Amino acid sequence: MTEAGAVELTGVHKRFGDVHALDGIDLEVGGGEFVSLIGPSGCGKSTLLRIVADLEQPTDGEVLVGGKPPRRARLDQDYGIAFQQAGLLEWRTVAENVELPLHVHGIGRAERRARATELLELVGLAEFAGSRPSELSGGMQQRVAIARALAPSPKLLLMDEPFGALDEMTRERMQAELLRIARETGAGVLFVTHSIPEAVVLSDRVVVMSPRPGRITEIVDGCRLGRGMAAGGAGGAGGVGKDSAGEAAELGPADVEDVRESGTFFAAITAVREALRKGHE
Amino acid sequence: MAGRTRALLTAVAAFVLLVAVWELVKLVVPDEGVLLGDTRVLPRTDDAAMPHVWTVLARLAEPEVAGAAAGRTVGAAVASGALFTLGLAMGGLLLGGVLGVLLALAMQRSGLLERAALPYVVASQTVPLIAIAPLVAGWGGRIAILGWSWQPWASVMVISSYLAFFPIAVGMLRGLTSPARADVELFTALAAGWWTTLLRLRLPASVPHLVPAVRLAAAAAVVGAIVAEISTGTRGGIGRLIIEYAQSATGDPSRMYTAILGAAVLGLVAAGAVGLLDVVLRRYRGSVS
Amino acid sequence: MTRPGPAAVPGAVSVEAPRRAWRVTRVWPAVAFGIAVLLLWELVVVIGRVPAFLLPAPSAIAGQIGAQFDVIVPTAAVTGGNALAGLAAGFVLGMVLAVLAASSRVFGELVTPVVLAASAVPIVALAPVFTTMFGSTTEIPRRLVVAVVVTVPVFVATARGLRQVQPVHAELMTALAATPWQRARFVRLPGAVPHVMTGLRLAAPAAVIAAIVAEYFGGLQNGLGSRISAAAANTAYARAWAFVAASIALGLLFHLAGLLVERLVTRGRTA
Repeated sequence: MTEAGAVELTGVHKRFGDVHALDGIDLEVGGGEFVSLIGPSGCGKSTLLRIVADLEQPTDGEVLVGGKPPRRARLDQDYGIAFQQAGLLEWRTVAENVELPLHVHGIGRAERRARATELLELVGLAEFAGSRPSELSGGMQQRVAIARALAPSPKLLLMDEPFGALDEMTRERMQAELLRIARETGAGVLFVTHSIPEAVVLSDRVVVMSPRPGRITEIVDGCRLGRGMAAGGAGGAGGVGKDSAGEAAELGPADVEDVRESGTFFAAITAVREALRKGHE
Repeated sequence: MAGRTRALLTAVAAFVLLVAVWELVKLVVPDEGVLLGDTRVLPRTDDAAMPHVWTVLARLAEPEVAGAAAGRTVGAAVASGALFTLGLAMGGLLLGGVLGVLLALAMQRSGLLERAALPYVVASQTVPLIAIAPLVAGWGGRIAILGWSWQPWASVMVISSYLAFFPIAVGMLRGLTSPARADVELFTALAAGWWTTLLRLRLPASVPHLVPAVRLAAAAAVVGAIVAEISTGTRGGIGRLIIEYAQSATGDPSRMYTAILGAAVLGLVAAGAVGLLDVVLRRYRGSVS
Repeated sequence: MTRPGPAAVPGAVSVEAPRRAWRVTRVWPAVAFGIAVLLLWELVVVIGRVPAFLLPAPSAIAGQIGAQFDVIVPTAAVTGGNALAGLAAGFVLGMVLAVLAASSRVFGELVTPVVLAASAVPIVALAPVFTTMFGSTTEIPRRLVVAVVVTVPVFVATARGLRQVQPVHAELMTALAATPWQRARFVRLPGAVPHVMTGLRLAAPAAVIAAIVAEYFGGLQNGLGSRISAAAANTAYARAWAFVAASIALGLLFHLAGLLVERLVTRGRTA
């Protein structure tokens, strides 16, 4: 895996008629890096993610995903995406939902099945492979959606408020889960949220945005949990971690719990809050 | 506005195309149709079975009985028949509608009544109630209510009204029970009585459910009236005219088509009347989430 | 976008038992109501000496059902056969038209107003037309009437199903770089299935109604509708009601069959 930027945005503008949704966005997401986009409604964070996903076209500026134009990256399935709604197809079983991206791209049945089993193992839902999505809780459905996003082994995961509809307890569990998955797969993540603790606990870097026009106000360091820091406990948020995923120590939910009670966590939260307030004035 | 013009134009084009298909079938398919073994898979297309569209339209302006110069035209006969039937169908719709709404209100008030009667009301929509039409026809001239002897047209209206009754009862009940729990609880918290809740919440909320129900009921009432006219032998309506003209179809085929055209227009007029109701009640359209 | 709660997880089966008990309390008022109406009907007719042409007693109708059973069954089979043949043809036609309408804008704009007009028009009035076109000695005219009647709800339901693609699914297919055909195959067509099934459920009893009513317009005299007319004309009212009861049974049979097919096909879906 090359460490070249997973996403490179240079001078990206987006207008919807008179509304200036994004104004001069410059941002780089490194390979394997976890970056969150945070800001109030209307700051264009979702639009930015959708531009990276080629679901929306920028009015101006240059976008590169893994060194390619977004359209090429989409056609090559270089990224996986998860939305706020799980959006599972209810007529397919859980395993068949995970297989969907491979099915669309003509991968054979046996290979698909094997990959789905592997991914359901990863998200801890192996025993539900034959179930229908309607038999699963909201959090479980979202895990299936993440497994589906990971199916083509993408180098980049795009996530648009994937835990937005979950209750707080489920949400925290899912965050720990996502950190573990990101570490095990080594994928870079671009993550849209409006929850400050969520952004801080998950991210290497938190990109704070402000609305009308959508701009980046500040980039704050997050807890950097995803990159092998957890073993050392909550203290070291210094940003050593760009180790390859394989070397990372096991990251358990307890480690994430510790971080949530650490000083670094609260310091980062304060920093993000101040940046948000600054952007609002 | 442009979209509307386009929709209107394509609708007109669709019906023009339909006429063209009719004429094309007449032109291409042999007069005696196409038989596969003993079954005719394509229709007879001679002038007796499929007259030209223009022959049918021209027939509207000709006198009803060939040769009788003083008689009324076929068009006038069809129009007056359709109007007569429309009157009966609308009367039936009104009667059935009022009874249906009353039953729905009663069911909304009493849970026991709802549980007792609703399964039958729902089942009745799936059951060929119209089969009873020939039996109601037997009432004509044989019973008298308060000195008023039962007229055949009253049978038609009764049949029409019971076909309209059930969809309205079901739609109205669904509408009355449609407000969200939170809304009902708000009214309870405001100490509003049953009447206030009905007037300010349940009735406005029932409009989006009631309008499609009335549309269904109007179509059912029209079919009911036509079928009832046929099975009761009531004179003066479009249903009777269809049968009369169909019986003489071998000698005068286009006359039967004029009557069927009349029935189609009748159905569209009834639907248009319901559409008017929809426009009047438009402000309540979005009141259900 | 119903999000099932955690209770939907396997293991929550214990909810079933209380629900069944609750069902019984739910059903008895309807059963009691039905029996009460029948009893009242019987009493009113017998005590009030209601003439048979107005309303025969349920016992008299039941007696006729018993006496005429050997006639009722083949008669119902004729009408039921017409309804089934028309239902099958109309179902296929309605579905095909809807798929074509969804895939071609012009075709959709042309066919939709015709179908909507057909839903307002008394289609059964076409029975004499089909009779002159196909002859009065075959079942084809009635089956055609049924087919046209059935086409309308199936078309409307299928078209609605094909239109209603959830935005999140549409986005997902874009993100997966799916071709238009793949979108249809993976999302649109399977997503429309519950709607198609609803159309079928609504159309099934309508097919029986159309088959019976079409018989009132002449043609062969071998179905339930013809028998009701004939019996009524011969003042055999209880016999006529026996055939009405058979019509109702046939309608319910089609309704239940439609319901069963819908349930089977859409098993495991939330919508």
